[in-house]
Amino acid sequence: MTVHAVHGEHPPGFAHQFEEVEQQREAVNLGMWLFLATEIMFFGGLFMGYIVYRSHFPGAFDDGSHLLNIKFGSTNTAVLIASSLTMALAIHSAQVGKKKPQILFLILTMILGALFLFLKFNFEWRADYHEHLIPGFGFRGDPHVQMFFCFYFFMTGLHALHMIVGIGILIVLTIMAARGRFNEHYYAPLENTGLYWHFVDIIWIFLFPLLYLAGGRYPIPGVTH
Amino acid sequence: MSGHVVPVKIYVAVFVSLIFLTALTTAVAYVDMGKFNLVAALAIAVAKMLLVILFFMHVKYSPTLTKVVIVAAFVWLGIMVTLTLSDELTRNWGVKVTGWSMILPHLRGLF
Amino acid sequence: MSTATTELPEIPVESRLNYLNANYGIKSWLLTTDHKRIALLYLVSITLMFIVGGVAATMMRIHLIEPQGALVEPETYNRLFSIHGIVMVFFFLVPSIPATLGNFLIPMMIGARDVAFPKLNLMSWYIYIIGASLTLYAAISGGVDTGWTFYTPFSSSYSHSAVIPVALGVFIAGFSSILTGLNFIVTIHKMRAPGMTWFRLPLFIWAMYATSIIFILGTPVIAITLFLLGLERLLHVGIFDPAVGGDPLLFQHLFWFYSHPAVYIMILPGMGVISELITAFSRKRIFGYSVVAFSSMSIAVISFLVWGHHMFVTGQSVYAGLVFSVLSFLVAIPSAVKVFNWTATLYKGSISYQAPMLYALGFIGLFTMGGLTGLFLASLATDVHLNGTYFVVAHFHYIMVGGAVMAYMGGLHFWWPKITGRLYPDAWARFSAFVIFIGFNLTFFPQFVLGYLGMPRRYAVYPPEFQVLNVMSSAGASILAVGYVIPLIYFIWSIRYGPLAGPNPWGAKGLEWQTPSPPPTENFEEIPIVTEEAYNYPQLPEVARG
Repeated sequence: MTVHAVHGEHPPGFAHQFEEVEQQREAVNLGMWLFLATEIMFFGGLFMGYIVYRSHFPGAFDDGSHLLNIKFGSTNTAVLIASSLTMALAIHSAQVGKKKPQILFLILTMILGALFLFLKFNFEWRADYHEHLIPGFGFRGDPHVQMFFCFYFFMTGLHALHMIVGIGILIVLTIMAARGRFNEHYYAPLENTGLYWHFVDIIWIFLFPLLYLAGGRYPIPGVTH
Repeated sequence: MSGHVVPVKIYVAVFVSLIFLTALTTAVAYVDMGKFNLVAALAIAVAKMLLVILFFMHVKYSPTLTKVVIVAAFVWLGIMVTLTLSDELTRNWGVKVTGWSMILPHLRGLF
Repeated sequence: MSTATTELPEIPVESRLNYLNANYGIKSWLLTTDHKRIALLYLVSITLMFIVGGVAATMMRIHLIEPQGALVEPETYNRLFSIHGIVMVFFFLVPSIPATLGNFLIPMMIGARDVAFPKLNLMSWYIYIIGASLTLYAAISGGVDTGWTFYTPFSSSYSHSAVIPVALGVFIAGFSSILTGLNFIVTIHKMRAPGMTWFRLPLFIWAMYATSIIFILGTPVIAITLFLLGLERLLHVGIFDPAVGGDPLLFQHLFWFYSHPAVYIMILPGMGVISELITAFSRKRIFGYSVVAFSSMSIAVISFLVWGHHMFVTGQSVYAGLVFSVLSFLVAIPSAVKVFNWTATLYKGSISYQAPMLYALGFIGLFTMGGLTGLFLASLATDVHLNGTYFVVAHFHYIMVGGAVMAYMGGLHFWWPKITGRLYPDAWARFSAFVIFIGFNLTFFPQFVLGYLGMPRRYAVYPPEFQVLNVMSSAGASILAVGYVIPLIYFIWSIRYGPLAGPNPWGAKGLEWQTPSPPPTENFEEIPIVTEEAYNYPQLPEVARG
């Protein structure tokens, strides 16, 4: 029933604890999804804390939301969505056996990811620092608003950390792609890195409304922005 | 997942939808809907997430086991949130003193 | 199988190629990807951690001989019980059966050559070592005085102890668990031999699968919780500090969301082992295979619904308390079902009393006692009196030591011949099983009484009227310690001097017993094709009639 292929007939990347190539592909894919399930619970703990404190201090959390920069927030959301598109297209290129578009789309994905981080760190966080909105680094303001900013920085910080790791992995993949490692028969590392990248995008898809939009941003007398 | 090639135009359509939904959620935030603002924002986020999961992450074409893993993770997150909130949101609920709880202290005096 | 031919004919030597002699040298062990060698790496590491946790316990029990404390300052006592809990929970019990017996046996029991991700498996061990080293280093520099539960705001704002390094060590070790669980789930789904359907799997595999689900869904939450604790301590930002609106109970919810299922991580694999031992030593099929399999899965699921029972008296809403109390009663049901099924398996079985069986029988009795006493704690009214007392301490030690550790010992004794190719002296093994049983009960039964009488836990001093029971408990602990040292000696002795075991010294069913002892690196010459149900022991005529 099992196919013992002659050694050497296996494509690159085949691991010998498996009996068949398809078995390995399915196993690696399942493993990646299980890892993402752990990430859902990992970020979930932070979402839990945020939900609890938003329910306790709705006014302060609304104030906190209004102090965030919705222009950068929404732009960054678009940037990440675009990077998910380019990631999907990179995988697609491998699936149809095209090497140059693979490399192009991987590089675009990295550029967009780096752009996200640049906008966040250089504009949003730098401004927050100057406005004394970073807890532990000279925060000034209502303690409950500080609570909001704790979660804002923890959640977007953890998200940014995941982006940085993702970009690191993409660098490695781009080098591998440039060496022609991926084609229509073997593109599992791209596929599974794609899953990770899209997951990080989904986290942001929830962070943006929960942090920036939850209290509504309709102009309130006395509050600027 | 393996072998299934999603046409580029589907990816582009998903991308356009995601951008549209982002614009929508941002715009809606400027409309005063009270509590419903949050509901709308989350509903749109869920829609975006589903698009990414089903198409970009190929789950529409993935085995059932993959779908089970994803659903399980969200269900577990739901368990954590629901049961924690069952405490956090009910701490200030009072106990209504009616019926037997009014009578029992008096009964004790009889014995 | 051959024996040595030249210089010392009395000492048997296994000369056939197997996973132990396939390669020599420290690099071949430290860079191995063979699941069996990784299992042994874990075996050594967790034994060391068990000794560390045991030393802390020994010091505590010596200290508690006198009402005013006989050994250490109260500050030090706090650090002792903290490090005892942290080491025993996170670095011994959680990895014990999964990382040693699980790693060794899962591929063999399902007819595979290795786990799905062997390199990830090795990485899990290294991550464990890094976490354990960091925690040990922090312990030596003074440790923590927060208890293994790290409750805030004491741990976040007031404790002057090594909270961050210890929490970091636990955080890191958590990733070891996550990767092990991930590996096991994929292995069990994707690497079963032809014919090995889900319902032909040994129940140990079902138990490990259920445990792995808890690893995946629970462990990340404690990781993020400890991360938040560290951030609060570092930045002084008051996430859990009531003075600035923080909620200490939020910490407890997040902490126990993992730590309650964690206790099921600690017992489920043990239950899996017991299913294997009871069937092998009754030479009989398990009674109600699918029920036992489903009970493992139910325990894994329901275990996530009960964590609030640790918070009945810390300020949790009574409405949440009601919900958690009911659910806690519910989780007892699948465990009880297993006990009934094991007992029914024994009925009219052909029972033999070698050491593994003694541990299994001890497990059934002691786990039942531990489990039943959990119901007093699950019930809101009684918990008000019992929480924070030695009753709780006795309850969980009956399950963790009387249950999990005995199952671990039973499993080690059962599979030792397979792992090492050697037999240990069964007379000494049976003797030490008895010593452990007696020592254990003498240590922990008095603690039920102490708790009922009101002695608080985690206290360095106690009222003089509790001294007799405390001295009994400490005496029991010294006997228990002896009981654990003896196997250490004969196991190590057996590696060199024990008689050769042969492939199946117990005559047990299961694919692992179809291989030589010790097995070759690739486990099977040819991947087996499975046609039998699990535990397919021949039916005795009386059983068929009865």
